Amino acid sequence: MDYLVNGFSNALYLLTHMDAATLSAIYATVASTCYAMAAALLLGVPLGFLLGHCSFPGKRAVRLVSDTLLAFPTVLIGLLVYAFITARGPLGEYGLLFTLPGMAIGQAVLALPIVVSWTAQALEDLDPRCRETLLTLGANGRQLAMYSLWECRYAVGMVCVTAFGRVITEVGVAMMLGGNIRYATRTMTTAIALETSKGDFAQGIALGLVLLLMAFVVNLALAFFRRRGRA
Amino acid sequence: MFRFSRFLLTACAAGYMTCAAPVLAADTLMMATTTSTQDSGLLEYLEPVFKQETGIELKWVAVGTGKALEIAKNCDADVLLVHAPSAELEFVKAGHGVDRRQVMYNDFVIVGPVADPASVKGQTTAEALKRILDTKAGFVSRGDQSGTHKAEQKLWQQSNIVPDKDPKYFSAGQGMISTLNMAAEKQAYALTDRGTWITFADKMGDKNPLAIVVEGDTALFNQYSVITVNPAQCPKVNPALAKKFEDWWVASATQQKIAGYTLKGKQLFFPNANR
Repeated sequence: MDYLVNGFSNALYLLTHMDAATLSAIYATVASTCYAMAAALLLGVPLGFLLGHCSFPGKRAVRLVSDTLLAFPTVLIGLLVYAFITARGPLGEYGLLFTLPGMAIGQAVLALPIVVSWTAQALEDLDPRCRETLLTLGANGRQLAMYSLWECRYAVGMVCVTAFGRVITEVGVAMMLGGNIRYATRTMTTAIALETSKGDFAQGIALGLVLLLMAFVVNLALAFFRRRGRA
Repeated sequence: MFRFSRFLLTACAAGYMTCAAPVLAADTLMMATTTSTQDSGLLEYLEPVFKQETGIELKWVAVGTGKALEIAKNCDADVLLVHAPSAELEFVKAGHGVDRRQVMYNDFVIVGPVADPASVKGQTTAEALKRILDTKAGFVSRGDQSGTHKAEQKLWQQSNIVPDKDPKYFSAGQGMISTLNMAAEKQAYALTDRGTWITFADKMGDKNPLAIVVEGDTALFNQYSVITVNPAQCPKVNPALAKKFEDWWVASATQQKIAGYTLKGKQLFFPNANR
């Protein structure tokens, strides 16, 4: 029990006295998550849109694959990306292993299936009568697509929040590809794993609470944008 | 209306602009090392001194010795600080590493419940291990191919016991402190390096359910060495920087600093370069 009590008091201390280690862990977390989310959204939203909006042969099979990838074990993602970006791997010349961008690659791979599948789902969930009405009113394909995209913007926002939550709280990929290097690739989650392995449970809990607070602030911002959009 | 999408676009653009790989400082060394050097606080104590004296930025990943050697084989590190002599010699012999130098040692100790249910206190290592299994007291192993795990395997071998199938032999697959925590929870025995043990005992304070039961046996000696990853195999390794790193570890000033590192007034590592 005293872990929890000490965890809370340590968390308060961390928030009021931002030391260099905590600040750099927060920075590493935010930076790698932003890289990963940017890549996953730029790739995933168009793919998900095509998958949900258009009809093409083999669409169901693609969807099935994407849905299966939602269950991709993060450690396996870490291993596969490791094999690609290690100095002896096909992308070795870029020196990505144990850097923030290297870590972000793995996290983007983690987020991509979520973005693709759920965006597609959001488009399929649109009321089909609107589509018919628009068609009878003489809308062309491009207008129809624009309408669908606009209509499911909040659903896509929700997809963002979910993928963001998965990426920011993930520890396997971050540990494997980032290497948990102090002041460089040590993120909040790998710092928690380290404190736990060192036996500093209270410090681990404190860092966890700070991470929760970060997620809360991001979601607060998104909620604010949603409300503004609705107004 | 468009605010949300504009926000997304801005976020993506910002992500893109900063996505260029960070430019590493010219003089950076990547070291793969063991968990004990990090968890004991030794590296954080030495790193600023190293930077001040050589101008080289030292970064490290702390993993078990087995994984550290694997990382080095893949050219993902420049130098090593590890403690599994036989594995290291194989590593060097296979051409993966060069210039292996001893820098310091500490020793392993067997720890167990304060009550010592297997009554192994004061026994030899071989006898202690045998009794722990025979009395079904329980033994928690690192099980992660780290230097400590390799040393433990060697000790079982020397006492002609194969513990793997024993239901009371727990292979944790985790770091040293986690393994000690498991031993404390299960009231079992474990092999640990003394540095991590002092760290653990310091954290546990008066409520420590474990105590040292076997120590001082020559079989429990634990040697740490530095190795440079072979530049012939890994072009990324800068031999000049690596040599500076190696020389620094065996320099007498550094050796004195290693000896001067204490926790709770206890010395954790004993320098023995050039000996």
